[in-house]
This record gives sequence, C-alpha cells and structure tokens, in this order.
Amino acid sequence: MSKKGDQPSMERRQFIGGTIAVAGAVTIAPGVILHAVADTDQRTEGASSEHRWGMVIDANKCADGCTACVDACNSEHGLTDLGRPETDAAWIRTVKLKDKQTGNISRLPVMCQHCEHPPCVDVCPTNASFKRADGVVLVDRHRCIGCRYCMMACPYKARSFIHEALSDQSVNAPRGKGCVESCTLCVHRIDEGVMQTACQEACDKDGHAAILFGDLKDPNSEISQVLKKYNSVQIRGDLELNTGVRYRNL
Amino acid sequence: MSKMYYRELYCGSPIRFWSGLALLGAFIAIGLGSAYYMEHNGHWVTGMSNQIVWGLPHVFAIFLIVAASGALNVASIGSVFGGPLYKPLGRYSGLLAIGLLAGGLMVLVLDLGRPDRLIVAMTEYNFKSIFAWNVILYSGFFAIVGVYLWTMMDRSVSKFNRPVGFAAFFWRIALTTGTGSIFGFLVAREAYDAAIMAPMFVIMSFSYGLAFFIITLIAAYIWGDREIGDLRLTRLKNLLGVFVGAVLYFTLAYNITNLYITQHHGIERFILLDGGIYTQMFWIGQILIGSVLPLFLIYSPAFEKSRWAIAAASIAVLIGGFFQIYVIVIGGQAYPMNLFPGKEVVESGFFDGVVASYTPTFPEAALGVAGIAVALTMVAVGARVFKVFPETLEDPNS
Repeated sequence: MSKKGDQPSMERRQFIGGTIAVAGAVTIAPGVILHAVADTDQRTEGASSEHRWGMVIDANKCADGCTACVDACNSEHGLTDLGRPETDAAWIRTVKLKDKQTGNISRLPVMCQHCEHPPCVDVCPTNASFKRADGVVLVDRHRCIGCRYCMMACPYKARSFIHEALSDQSVNAPRGKGCVESCTLCVHRIDEGVMQTACQEACDKDGHAAILFGDLKDPNSEISQVLKKYNSVQIRGDLELNTGVRYRNL
Repeated sequence: MSKMYYRELYCGSPIRFWSGLALLGAFIAIGLGSAYYMEHNGHWVTGMSNQIVWGLPHVFAIFLIVAASGALNVASIGSVFGGPLYKPLGRYSGLLAIGLLAGGLMVLVLDLGRPDRLIVAMTEYNFKSIFAWNVILYSGFFAIVGVYLWTMMDRSVSKFNRPVGFAAFFWRIALTTGTGSIFGFLVAREAYDAAIMAPMFVIMSFSYGLAFFIITLIAAYIWGDREIGDLRLTRLKNLLGVFVGAVLYFTLAYNITNLYITQHHGIERFILLDGGIYTQMFWIGQILIGSVLPLFLIYSPAFEKSRWAIAAASIAVLIGGFFQIYVIVIGGQAYPMNLFPGKEVVESGFFDGVVASYTPTFPEAALGVAGIAVALTMVAVGARVFKVFPETLEDPNS
C-alpha cells in the first residue's frame, strides 16, 4: 500500500460504478418491461391448431352486379384503386361463369383458398409464405424477397404483388412495395376474437348472406353443420389441396 | 501432340480493347440505372403485372443461367470424358461459365421486389422450394468451377483435376435440373406441370452454352490474332448439331405428350396455332431460326469448313434459344389458368379466363442486356489477366 493521498477516492469509484449501473438499467429496462408487457398481450400467443378457419360460399346467393365483398375487403385492408387494374392488388374478386355445355350461369367471389397443402408455401424459398396452425395462409412481409414464385404456383391466382410505394395504409394490414400479399381471412379480426370477415359482414349487410366464415374443426359450428348437410366443392379439387374455402351450388 | 502453352489474351490494338470494355461498361451502367428506376418506382413501370409476374428480365436471367451450365461442357468433355482435342479449351470453358452465371444472377436478383433482402434468401431456406435449392446450386457452382479452374491452371494441384471435374459435371447437371424444375412442378399451370422440363433444360443448356462458347471463342481468336484449326471447330460444330437436334427432340416429346392429354389441348392450341406473338416466336424463332437454320448450316456440305457458317449457326441457336425461353416463361403465363373446367368465364374482376397481355419495357430489356454485358466483361478481363487461352489452337500434327 502506498501513501494514503495517492489512493483514488472511493467515492469517485462508487460514483462511476453507480452511474454505469444506472445507465445500464436505463438502457435495458425499457426492453425488459416492453417484453414483459408484450408477453401478457394475448395477441402474441400462437395460433391454435384446435381451430381451422374457413369459409363456405353459396354461389346461388351471390348477386349479379354486387361488389360489396370486394369493396369491404379493399377498405378493410387499405387496398386502393390506382386505376391500373393489371397491377392493382385484388385480394378478392367476383367471377361470373357460364357452363359450356348447359349455359348455366353462376357467380362467385374468389380469394385465397387457404389450402391445407398450399403450393405457395411449398415454393417460397425464404419461408415468407406460411400457414398458421389455425390454417390461415399468410405472407411474412419481413421475409418476402418479392420473387413472385408463389404467384406462379398458386392455382387460384389469389396473390398480388405490390407494384408501387404505398401511403395511408390501414393498420389492419401493413403492406409494402415489392412484396406479395393475399387474403388474410381477416386474421386481425380472428386474433381480436371477432368471428366475422369483412367480406361476410358486407355480404350479410346487403342481405345476400352468401359467405359464411367459421371453424371447420368445431363440429358444432354453423359452417361445419352447413358443410355436413349440403354438398359443396373445392375449386380445382383435383389438386387435392384440401382448401379451407368451399363452394355450394357451383 | 506438342506441348500446349497458354498466354493472356492481348488485343492487337489497345484502343480496341479499352473501347470495347467501355462499351460493355456503358451497357452495364444503363442496366443498373434501369434496375434502380424499376426498384425505386416499383414494378408498375415495367410491362409486368399480377398476370405476367415474370417478365423479360427472367427470360434473360434463365437464358444466361442455363447457358452458363452448358458453357462448362467443353471442360467436362476434356477432363471427365478424356477428349484430348477439348482439353486445351477447358480453362476458357470454366471462365465463360462463371461469367454467364454471374450475368444471369445479377439480372435475376435485381428484378426481385426486394433485392435489398438478398441476405434473407442466403440465410433462410425452405428446402421444399426449388428456388431455395437453386440459391445453393448457383453459389456452389461458382465455388466448384473456381476450384476446377484452379486445378486446370496450377500444376501443383492438377492431380485433383479429374475428381473436381467430375464434381463440377454432376453439379451443373443438378443446377440445370433445378432450373428446369422451377417450371416442372407447377401444378397450377398447364404449360408447366411436366417433369420433362428438367431434362429438357439440361439439353437446352448443352446447346446454348456451346453456342455461346463457339461464338466467343472465334471472336477471341480474331481479337487476339491467334489461330484455331479447322479440326477443333468442326468437332465443336458437330457437337452443336447433336445438341440442337436433341433440343428439338425434347420439344417434340413435350408437345406430343400435351397433345395427347385433352386437358392440355388449350395450351397447345395457344402455343402452336393461335397464340399470336407466342405462336410466331415458337415457329419462326425457336423452330426455324433456332433449329432448322443451324442444322442446315452445320450439316450442309456446302458449308463444311466455313467459319462464317459455324458462327452464324451459333448465333441462330442463341436467338432461337432466347425465343424458346420467352415462349416457355411468358407464353406459359399468358395462357389463362383454368380454374373452372367446363365453364367459360363471362366476367371477372381479375382477368380470369383471358390471355394476359405483356409488352416489355426498355428498362427490363436494358437490365437483361446488362447481364450479357457483365458476362462478356468478366470473360474479357479474365482472359486478359489469366492464362486462359492456348497460344494457338492449330490442328495437332499440322
């Protein structure tokens, strides 16, 4: 030990040590607290495989000239009409068909069919296209590199590529230039516990009630009852993708 | 056979060399500017849409990537199959393969919606996706061909030449199988759900790659005032003829299979009869210019040793190959998907049941041309700084 006067002041050491401790705590704490808060938020709980969300659409009830479902979807997800139909996003569209043999006319809305075995998920190189445990097929916008292979693979032409920079987006659906997107089955509503998609709501409101959303795994749900009672088909059922969206009277 | 000496390729006139490089640089600059323009504004400024999702840049990219794999042919024949006449050309074969692949990949990456996320593609793999496999196959190709070139150019490691040559050969077969499989496994589209796409792409790569090789080899030897003997060129020419015939055979098999399947009659009618521009590209571009004309130039006794005919045949193969890929990529998308068999689409909010229109724009073409320019620049610089070309390729014992 040398002379007492050469020793650095212990107070100064304590001060420096204390400052570092406080600075450290101030830096880390918000993250820890936010994490703790986030953990208690039910929306970060994973989707449950006890459900499989789907829809049944009655083509007989789809009214000629009506675009209520399309308009509702566009406003719910902030899809704007830029006047360029070939590049504008379309998550849902109406199609009018005529049977080549019989001349029978039918009309139906088409959107992502939320397949059990989605070809878009198979081909996505970065796992950006994925299927949640509850059967909803989505695109992770942070992982999508915009290769558009999923659009080549989708048998339903259900996906759109964002061809331009966007502004004034809806909080329901964050979107971004250069990524691919499609119908989310209103997953933001599902996660909030609202058991009705925007398209069904609009269709019901207009009095057509052609769209019915529900849990395909719950045998007591209305959708399961309807599907059990009435005949229904899948679009391109030959591909055996086991779609979550089914059609009646097609 | 006398000993083979390799020497850097010097152009007789420095002005010609540097102005050539400057021209290639200008094409690359215009292409990169175009890529920035498309990325900055978004893809709506291109001809691509939600119907034609892969446009002209993909045609260029696939064309170059397929040709890259085929350009390695000559090296493979030399070291794997023991063809002494081909062995001296192995170094250039490897260099050209690397250049073409780099050019093709540049175009492919710069046409992504989010090219800035390339790192995601390099770190996140879905092994059920052919694309993810291709990321590995393409980057592995650079590494393997790099090592292959090393074993060809450095005598101290030349004992590994054969095993590395084998590895490169199998890797490139895998690479083109992977590229062809992009189209082979798409059940959704009638033009694409055929496993024959994979072997067809392999044979297409043989043909385009060799055509690229021949035309650039002739150009390089004129450029550097060196000699090539007729024997080697005739061998290369005859090989090209076999490959062109093989592509034609695969095309026939693909179309005849589709013609048998009732479900595919629509797409066949579209490509072969009433698809407008795509029908013209198929018959005039792929069949007439890309197959009949080169076969005539290659096998007609009138042009037996004509270098002009060999060069013209190679260029015709490349033009025809470009049209072939255009018809596969764009034509296959333009034909509407049949979501409702037996039904006719009367109205649709998203272009169901109608042939999609696509008009390529200048920036797309400029980006594609830049890919070719990148390939040629790498070849020109590589041949200048490395001992790639033999001093002379005169016929042995002549």
